[in-house]
Amino acid sequence: MSTSTDLTLAIEDLTVSFDGFKAVDSLNLYIDKNELHVVIGPNGAGKTTVLDLICGKTKASSGSIKFLNKELTELAEHEIVRAGVGRKFQTPSIYENLTVFENLEVSYPYGRTVIGSLFFKRNNEVVKKIHQIAKEIMLEDVLDTESALLSHGQKQWLEIGMLLIQDPQLLMLDEPVAGMSVKEREQTAELLKKISKGRSVLVIEHDMEFVEQIAQKVTVLHQGKILAAGQMDKVQKDPKVIEVYLGH
Amino acid sequence: MSFFYNKLIGGKEGLTGLILLALLILVVFPLTLDLFRLNLVGKYLTYAFPAVSLVLLWGYGGILSLGQGVFFGLGGYGMAMFLKLEASSPENTAIQSTPGIPDFMDWNQLTELPWFWEPFNSFAFTILAILIIPAAFAYIIGAAMFKRRVGGVYFAIITQVIAVILTILIVGQQGYTGGINGITDLRTLNGWDMTSDSAKYIFYFINCALLLCIVLLSRFILTSKFGSLLLAIRDKEDRVRFSGYDVSNFKIFIYCFAALISAIGGAMFTLQVGFMSPSFVGIVPSIEMVIFAAIGGRMSLIGAIYGTLLVNFGKTAFSETFPELWLFLMGGLFISVVMLFPNGLAGLWNDYKHHLTNRFAFITKRFKSQKTLTRPTNAESESLS
Repeated sequence: MSTSTDLTLAIEDLTVSFDGFKAVDSLNLYIDKNELHVVIGPNGAGKTTVLDLICGKTKASSGSIKFLNKELTELAEHEIVRAGVGRKFQTPSIYENLTVFENLEVSYPYGRTVIGSLFFKRNNEVVKKIHQIAKEIMLEDVLDTESALLSHGQKQWLEIGMLLIQDPQLLMLDEPVAGMSVKEREQTAELLKKISKGRSVLVIEHDMEFVEQIAQKVTVLHQGKILAAGQMDKVQKDPKVIEVYLGH
Repeated sequence: MSFFYNKLIGGKEGLTGLILLALLILVVFPLTLDLFRLNLVGKYLTYAFPAVSLVLLWGYGGILSLGQGVFFGLGGYGMAMFLKLEASSPENTAIQSTPGIPDFMDWNQLTELPWFWEPFNSFAFTILAILIIPAAFAYIIGAAMFKRRVGGVYFAIITQVIAVILTILIVGQQGYTGGINGITDLRTLNGWDMTSDSAKYIFYFINCALLLCIVLLSRFILTSKFGSLLLAIRDKEDRVRFSGYDVSNFKIFIYCFAALISAIGGAMFTLQVGFMSPSFVGIVPSIEMVIFAAIGGRMSLIGAIYGTLLVNFGKTAFSETFPELWLFLMGGLFISVVMLFPNGLAGLWNDYKHHLTNRFAFITKRFKSQKTLTRPTNAESESLS
């Protein structure tokens, strides 16, 4: 089908069915370089499934996912990550027994093999990078804190930091502001704008206010299919979208 | 230098724990116990190898293996096969119908040495086999399980089944393995009398030295990035996988390493006790090893060694007086440890020491009433681990 493109992500005809139920149905989705793309939709629309498919957690029934012209559907999860795709889970998924510093160190993209990790050295470069990321995610003061003690919002940022340290070309975030306070939401919006420079970001979100703050392009999913796509203000006025999602 | 100090010894806290243990097993026991008891302690310390392996595998990696007896047994049988061949020289076995083969083979109408026994005539091969075969076997099991993402309870059950299968195989193939009696009557190692007093002392000290080396090596693993990853995999496997790691390789590695440690323990067992039998391979010994680690503290390498010693002292003391009560007692001990002190003896010790240091800080503060006396006490986890 599509040959070489300069898109970061090109999803074409992607379908996955669970026992005949099509959670994602012939989906086409394109994400440009440096684009911050938001996917919204009611519960069960298939939003999280799309992320699962891209990062390899779920295998597609058919269709293709091309990331920088590389087919992802045939790769194992860790190979997809190494290709440059980072994914944040919906609930903060961090290592609670380790400190913030160690969480970032474990995510540092060197020493990824068994032998490599045994002889991995915490040199200045690593420490510098960790401090730089910690500053970006507003956690520089708590580097030595056990991460179980962080607030919910800080945990979400830490997980984002753990992805940033790998410098992915595509960052996927599953409901990054769920459960956050108003202030934390604002800070997260700022953070997202900052980190979307130089990479593509795909966000799944429920919170419309937050989406308005960050979105450039929006795709509305409904029952595994695209209902509408385009600029936020246009999508919001689309009568179909209002009916299934925004109306209530 | 500081690399070795911090990575292997575990800094000041780790050094204290290690020196205390070394003093106990290298000085106190040999000076205070008679040779019979010392030999018994030596036997207990061979069980500490699989217990330490379970700290790595279960405590840190979250992989509960109920079949460490398999590797302990493979190591022990490897050594026993070599010793048995040495004990079965044609002169020693002249009264058999086929002289020169182990006695149990002769009883089972075997007329020549099976092919897989042949290489065990060589001591060098035997040592290599003890180090390689159990680890290779663990690799096969590990690759089959972890690549398919089998884990948790399923993994525990499968390892237990493997322990059962191996026991049945050993018991059933009497002519090749010595059956239920095991491989007995082992007397000399390269012509050197294993039952002599000096040999018993030497084996005891070699055993202690190996155990301490393994603690150091394990510490190196735990303090490296691999160690952090191990904890990370235990707590959030998916996050590790989606951070670009092939999780199964890490699990396979630690499983193989645990198998290697257990096998060394098994080989030392054969040398010190003078026989090997299927009763050290099956479910019961494998579960006992888990209990040793749990009681000692499954997050503490040194704690597991103390746990092994304590439970075995208890076993010997109680089973001499109330043999039928012992199993209930041990079961009760295991349950209460899991319910009340999930970090075992090491956890209790750390709490106690934490309490003491706090108290000390409080007292000095009162008496000297200076400002900066409360030293930061990061004594929490490191002293015994």
